[in-house]
Amino acid sequence: MTVLHVNGQAQECDPAPGQCLRTQLRALGWFGVKKGCDAGDCGACTVLLDGKAVQSCLVPAWRAEGRAITTIEGLGEGGLHPLQRAFMDAQGFQCGFCTPGMVLTASILNPAQQADLPRAMKGNLCRCTGYRAVADAVARLRHVGALPGSDAAPDAEAVVTGTARYTLDVDMPGLLHMRLLRSPHAHARIRGIDRSAALAVPGVAAVFTHEDVPAWLYSSARHEDFRANPDDTRLLDDVVRFVGQRVAAVVADSEAAAEAGCRVLAVDYDILPAVFDPAEAMRPGAPVLHDKHAHRIADPARNVVASLSSRHGDIAAGFVAADRTEEITCDLQRVQHTAMETHCALASMEGDRLVVRSSTQVPFLVRQGLADLFGLPPHRVRVLCARVGGGFGGKQEMLVEDIAALASLRLGRPVRLELTRAEQFAATTTRHPMRVTVRVGATRNGQLTALKVDVLANAGAYGNHSPAVLEHSCNELMSLYRCPNTAVDAVAAYTNTVPAGAFRGYGMGQTLFALEQAVDALARGLGINPFEFRRRNMVQPGDRLDEPHGLLDDVEFGSYGLDQCLDLVERALFAGPGLPAPEGAEWQVGQGVAMGMLATAPPFGHRAESRLFLAADGDFDLHVGTAEFGNGTSTTHRQVAAAVLGTAPGRIRLRQSDTDLVGHDTGAFGSTGTVVAARATETAALALRERILRAAAALTGHPAAECRLIEGAVLCGNRAVPLADLPGAGTGLAVMRKADAAPRSLAFNVQGFRIAVNRGTGEIRILRSVHAADAGRVMNPMQCRGQIEGGVAQALGAVLHEALRIGDDGAVSNPAFRHYHIPTWADVPRTEVLFADTSDAFGPMGAKSMSESPFNPVGPAMANALADATGVRFTAPPFTADRVWAVLAARDDAA
Amino acid sequence: MDLPEIRAVARPRTRDDLPTCGAESAWLAGGTWLFSEPQPGLHALIDLAGMGWPALEPSAAGLRIGATCPIASLEALAAATDWPAAPLFVGCCRALLGSFKIAAVATVGGNVCLSLPAAPMLALTVALDGVARVWRPDGTEREVPMAGFTTGPQRTVLAPGELLRSIDLPDAALRRRGAMRQASLTAHGRSAALLVATEETGRFALTVTASTVRPVHAAWPAAPSREALDAFITDVPASLWHDDVHGAPAWRRHMTRRLAAELHQELLG
Repeated sequence: MTVLHVNGQAQECDPAPGQCLRTQLRALGWFGVKKGCDAGDCGACTVLLDGKAVQSCLVPAWRAEGRAITTIEGLGEGGLHPLQRAFMDAQGFQCGFCTPGMVLTASILNPAQQADLPRAMKGNLCRCTGYRAVADAVARLRHVGALPGSDAAPDAEAVVTGTARYTLDVDMPGLLHMRLLRSPHAHARIRGIDRSAALAVPGVAAVFTHEDVPAWLYSSARHEDFRANPDDTRLLDDVVRFVGQRVAAVVADSEAAAEAGCRVLAVDYDILPAVFDPAEAMRPGAPVLHDKHAHRIADPARNVVASLSSRHGDIAAGFVAADRTEEITCDLQRVQHTAMETHCALASMEGDRLVVRSSTQVPFLVRQGLADLFGLPPHRVRVLCARVGGGFGGKQEMLVEDIAALASLRLGRPVRLELTRAEQFAATTTRHPMRVTVRVGATRNGQLTALKVDVLANAGAYGNHSPAVLEHSCNELMSLYRCPNTAVDAVAAYTNTVPAGAFRGYGMGQTLFALEQAVDALARGLGINPFEFRRRNMVQPGDRLDEPHGLLDDVEFGSYGLDQCLDLVERALFAGPGLPAPEGAEWQVGQGVAMGMLATAPPFGHRAESRLFLAADGDFDLHVGTAEFGNGTSTTHRQVAAAVLGTAPGRIRLRQSDTDLVGHDTGAFGSTGTVVAARATETAALALRERILRAAAALTGHPAAECRLIEGAVLCGNRAVPLADLPGAGTGLAVMRKADAAPRSLAFNVQGFRIAVNRGTGEIRILRSVHAADAGRVMNPMQCRGQIEGGVAQALGAVLHEALRIGDDGAVSNPAFRHYHIPTWADVPRTEVLFADTSDAFGPMGAKSMSESPFNPVGPAMANALADATGVRFTAPPFTADRVWAVLAARDDAA
Repeated sequence: MDLPEIRAVARPRTRDDLPTCGAESAWLAGGTWLFSEPQPGLHALIDLAGMGWPALEPSAAGLRIGATCPIASLEALAAATDWPAAPLFVGCCRALLGSFKIAAVATVGGNVCLSLPAAPMLALTVALDGVARVWRPDGTEREVPMAGFTTGPQRTVLAPGELLRSIDLPDAALRRRGAMRQASLTAHGRSAALLVATEETGRFALTVTASTVRPVHAAWPAAPSREALDAFITDVPASLWHDDVHGAPAWRRHMTRRLAAELHQELLG
């Protein structure tokens, strides 16, 4: 028996010889110790050992014996540590999954380390914030309450103290653990699986293969309308179509036993030809991935998942009328969301009900998927999430819930499945790799005459979000500029690679990258300032929105701030502060700008429901469907309800993301947290306010028109009636309201960079970064700024650093943070965030969405700055120094 | 991460206690790499922490670095000595990809035995004429110059069952002036090229690591011309330039030439 001293408590345990301290501490109930990577790269599991910060995933548990262990729960010694308070004051977090490690690491820095935070904190990764908010917390800056509306997140204290509960932060008796055997082949038919050796492993309870699952085909992608996605996926299939596809599941009483079972499963594969390139996949004779009876695949024989074409005007005539044309082809690489919490789920049975606790953006859509898959009525399935450790679109999929639910349904016991970081990289979903060609033409006075866009998207082995991504990538894109003659042809093809799915920006990040470079090149070619060229041609309020399938017909200009955004960025980029250019003849400086437009909700329907109650104690209970993963919707719901009800946000008790709480909620994707879900809360609050005032009027005899809500009471004339005294408090004073996304409005974003590029090394330094957003009326400036900074940081990762590589065998070859570099503290510059002054006609309280759209213009703005600095168009991110140098060296050699 | 296939951990305290380290066993020093990846087929760990090897033993002969010396301890020693080469300790320790949390646990011995191309302790110990003292399973010892210790990425001259005990840096090497340069695709990131040069009254030595699959080392009794130094690098066979996600080989070669020229300028003027 080993005794560990954790936060002042002596705790007995019996760690396995190869067990690390991280899992041992969690087994002892210290759930503030997070698993981000389990490989020592991310820092989420940081604890203090005798006062020194260590990554507990790398420490053998037995080495901690006799040493004082401090987890985030024990840092404050009964109260809040000053740094925990600082992380609350600056709101130095979004999803909060990295926060315990951040706080603990920052808590022990010496003065030299504090003076060099980018280096000192390089072992702590955050995917949400872009680090500015974290840095401000460490610097003890206060943002909460500093500006009107900058309310704190409701769970702030729980996040900084490590008591916020994420998906797997629960202890459940009788829990079984699942591990997945994954395909080593890119394309193979399974002849047979011998499970006898696996079943003989002590502790193994069951093995599931394709022989045990429903024949039902479905899509792991989740949408309000299931027809948005092709049904091409089986729970476990007898054909594997990418390296990493799940082949079998082993369930055991420990993860170790389940893993041991996976190791001895004998699978007989008939290896089939594979194809990795989408253009090759569409050629005659290419291996066909989905020859089975699958629904909504555009052309299975040619591996075409989806395609679209559209014409407006006369594209040929448009190019004839042009005095100058530019064409650019860009190759956008595969990148990954890397939410700090990997996909995970815990399925259990409560009577005849299946209960699934999941890390998902879409609990209600997962419920529907599980009910369909297992033939259950929806009321017999409950899906809920605790706090979610980041999403970015990756959790708009059902990738673990289905298989965990199968095991729990069959075994009648709770089953837990947590993906490793390697699985997350190699076998979940990615952004769609795309080849995008844009050709634009304009007259010599700078009037666009023609715009032609061609898109080839790599769907990977399953269709998931491909049709929707393809459409979305070409919707707002084709209307960003006023152009009389446009044409678009887009196709997404299957390949034997890890599937692509929903990713922040939903395809627009890729297509806009090419469009905004082509437009920039055209402006420069015509000798027109790129800002000025955009002003002459950009979309104007009331313009018809051209897109292929009428999907923008429900979009209206509820507000328009694109013009302001361009002005703000132009002024700030050239007049504002920034780093000086490095000295030396090899450094070249350039400026770049790009803009984007995004509808404030997705086109396939989006619904939300809010239930609001006046409780017996006079506070309010608010139940909503949407999940909280750092997007800040919890704050928004409370703010909206509190504003309408004339009370403090602290008096709104929020419960959320549980299918038992409300009837339906499409989920937290498509930037809908504010414009749809909070709109339901706003209308519910308005209705409840009306009823409360009427109840108070009836009680006091004052006309309802002379009553008004104040905090905790209704003021009727001079008399304040406590809310708790109203008849109906705690019983009848309850309201449910629904909202949907129609009409949708449009949000705008403009990014500007000034950069320096070293010709001799390929290094890029960002001297100034400015982002202007038209978010309508900004409800919570602190939170909205955080969303924008996070989007800019994630986009900087995609344009400067990140690439998920596929090897010759079709497998992801760099499935670890140490080989897939996401931005660290040192990589992300400060971005000045500016807001247009608009108020939206449709959004709640005049607000518009702002979580995906900031991502999109960042990549092309960087590419345009690079072209300005070097005179070369860079078309294939990431722009790492080796690749930039290679292009410049080749150019210089040619010269 | 958990290593569920590990069934036993030996905790020897003396050399006589050491069990045989066979194909299914591994020496455990800091553990920062062993516990960072799945270790299929590994069933036993031999924990070296209890051996009580002194971390750092400075003497008139030079500096003996125990294989289990944490990298951060070596960095800290720099401030306490007046060897002209001591600043290289700081620079090389800070070239580690891992943060200070890793450097406090990861060991000098573990870093050189893992022998990733970017291993900064390789750069340091090769540049300072380090000699590895290796315990053989038969109870004898042998010495291996660090310049020949690593043969490729994660490959060394250590035979099965052999154990790195310490690395000796001779006093003469510590009395040289040194300078170093690092190239990486990211700020504070993994080294794509890590060069160390030393100089002493005209004698010049260059150690190239990270950009090559194993350290490339050369010494010139008299200061080489810039052209001669560059020719040495351009003569490095193509097969030695390292190729992975942390930098394209052509760029690594280019950066190596560039950084070598900078070192020439700094030390030889």
